Amino acid sequence: MEHTSLLERILRGIALTLVVIFFMFPIVWILMMSFQTNETILRIPPQLVFKPTLANYTALITGKLTTAAGTLDIAFMRNLWNSVFLSVTSVAVALLLGVPAAYAFARHKFRGSEDIAFTLLSFRFAPALLVLLPLTLYFQKLGLANTYIGLIWVYQLICLPLILWIVRGYFEDIPADIEYAYRIAGHSWFATFRKIALPLAGPGIAAAGLLAFIFAWNNFIFALVLASADKQPVTVGALAFITSSGIQYGQISAAIVLSITPTLALALYAQRYLVEGLSLGAVKG
Amino acid sequence: MSQSALTISGVDKFYGPIDRGVHAVQNLTMEIDKGEIVALLGSSGCGKTSTLRMIAGFEEVSRGSISVAGRKVHTLPPVKRNVAMAFEGYSLYPPLTVRENMAFALKAARLPKSQVDAKVASIAKLLEIEDILERYPSSISGGQQQRASLGRALIREADLHLLDEPMGQLEPQLRAVLRGRIKHFIKERGLTAILVTHDQTEANALADRIAVMEGGVLQQFDTPDMLKQRPANLFTGTFVGEPPMNVFEAYVGTAADKINLRLPDGLSLDYDKDAFSGSVRDELLKRQRVVIGVRPYAVRRSKDGVPATVSANQWLGDQTHIAADFAGGSLVLVEHDRTRLELGAPINISIDPKNLHVFDQASGMAISHGMELA
Repeated sequence: MEHTSLLERILRGIALTLVVIFFMFPIVWILMMSFQTNETILRIPPQLVFKPTLANYTALITGKLTTAAGTLDIAFMRNLWNSVFLSVTSVAVALLLGVPAAYAFARHKFRGSEDIAFTLLSFRFAPALLVLLPLTLYFQKLGLANTYIGLIWVYQLICLPLILWIVRGYFEDIPADIEYAYRIAGHSWFATFRKIALPLAGPGIAAAGLLAFIFAWNNFIFALVLASADKQPVTVGALAFITSSGIQYGQISAAIVLSITPTLALALYAQRYLVEGLSLGAVKG
Repeated sequence: MSQSALTISGVDKFYGPIDRGVHAVQNLTMEIDKGEIVALLGSSGCGKTSTLRMIAGFEEVSRGSISVAGRKVHTLPPVKRNVAMAFEGYSLYPPLTVRENMAFALKAARLPKSQVDAKVASIAKLLEIEDILERYPSSISGGQQQRASLGRALIREADLHLLDEPMGQLEPQLRAVLRGRIKHFIKERGLTAILVTHDQTEANALADRIAVMEGGVLQQFDTPDMLKQRPANLFTGTFVGEPPMNVFEAYVGTAADKINLRLPDGLSLDYDKDAFSGSVRDELLKRQRVVIGVRPYAVRRSKDGVPATVSANQWLGDQTHIAADFAGGSLVLVEHDRTRLELGAPINISIDPKNLHVFDQASGMAISHGMELA
């Protein structure tokens, strides 16, 4: 770095700043909007200086949305809880099912194993709406429509293939002989899976889980079709801010800030694993 | 008669469906005594590693049975077979130090810590890895990992120790030293070991008996000396020994009281009928075509021998390897002194009948070794 000239350093700084502004701007802008009233947001030209208000957040947290047309009940906190519950449970179920399945696909080549694995992946090919229409009918017959269980089940379409295919790659990268060495030293198949395969694929499992969580969190269409208000996650719940008296930009922004906080926090915390995990899997040792 | 440590009987290994997949090991039968060191020797893909992995339990036995110390084990999971193994790819546990890797199985067997420490220390000394015991596998060299992996296998008390190419990554000097130490270690403790290798020097140095495999078939299972002196077939004859045995096709004929082995290019090796024992002579005369083989060390230069032309001459520091064009092929002879021969120089070759190996031309099976029938 000693050899870089002043000009080069300045240019580099400018370039970096531009990139950061480009990527951070929407988030910063939304953060600012969330502390403003609808009037100040819609001012033209927009102003950077304003008197911050917590009204948006209080409205969301108390569930009373005051508009020009009167007070409206919104279930945002309920939606947020639904999002957390649905995403966490879905990912947990997908990990529970997907990781052993990924191990089986990686270690045991049985008749049709590739076909089964590919079928699971193909769940991701079909347009969601195409799947949802018949699914809604089935779910209504089965009594699964508008239930958490039904939603978590459908969320497996998102989480399971993702986890299965990412984690499978990690298991395949572990030399089978390491597991054999453990087994021949006097351990059962299951102990080997738990003590050797799982820890070695740990970063990959974490990365896959995080990715699946983000996908599940951001899902909109499944819950829109299959759930009514009390089971809907924030992505669908945000529609409530489009009211008869106009779009509540301030509350929407506050809602966005609140709803991206968990994923953002999780992603920042797990960033190390995510990058390490995803890149390790790509490069075969 | 000592107790049998391993009995393999009629074992077949197919990769893919039985009788239709790749037939990696074919009808293998062998018995290994307790306290014996046996080498499975062969080139890549000969079935030696498949055999080892079937014994360990990582590959299913397609047909036949395997017994370890009198117990049928071929349907048991690896954990119940009581065998230890050193893997060709080392397969150390990455999150554990070399010491923990080696002590691992002992801890699982609930040995007291003082004993574990003592054992690790003695094996580490044996393999010269005392200075890396606290390091992690990723931070040590391939040779060190290989020794750690070998140590992890040798430290265990098992009915059988399986060593897959245990010294392939070591430097030549270290390898020579360790061979001696490991052999001593195994013998001292009365362990039974099976070692897979493609290096015949290693097999010769370590093993009491060597099983030569090729194409999934056991060619010969015998002591290193017997493999050299009495190869069962053409494959073992040419595979074992360095430089390899010289072989030529020959027609057997008689003239007066001579036996002629007629070679290509109108050359002929002529021997008195009395040079062979009666039974060997009968066998030779029964056949028209044979393959004769002679070790490079047994080829002599003599004035009244068969003519050949020198095509290469290498002094290796302690012996001379001379290659010569002979009877439409190439022949190598070894002399212990430095020999000055120009390329293209004519020489005359003679082969003592007692050093002559004769093989059946069609089947490759040995007919005679010198004076005796095979």
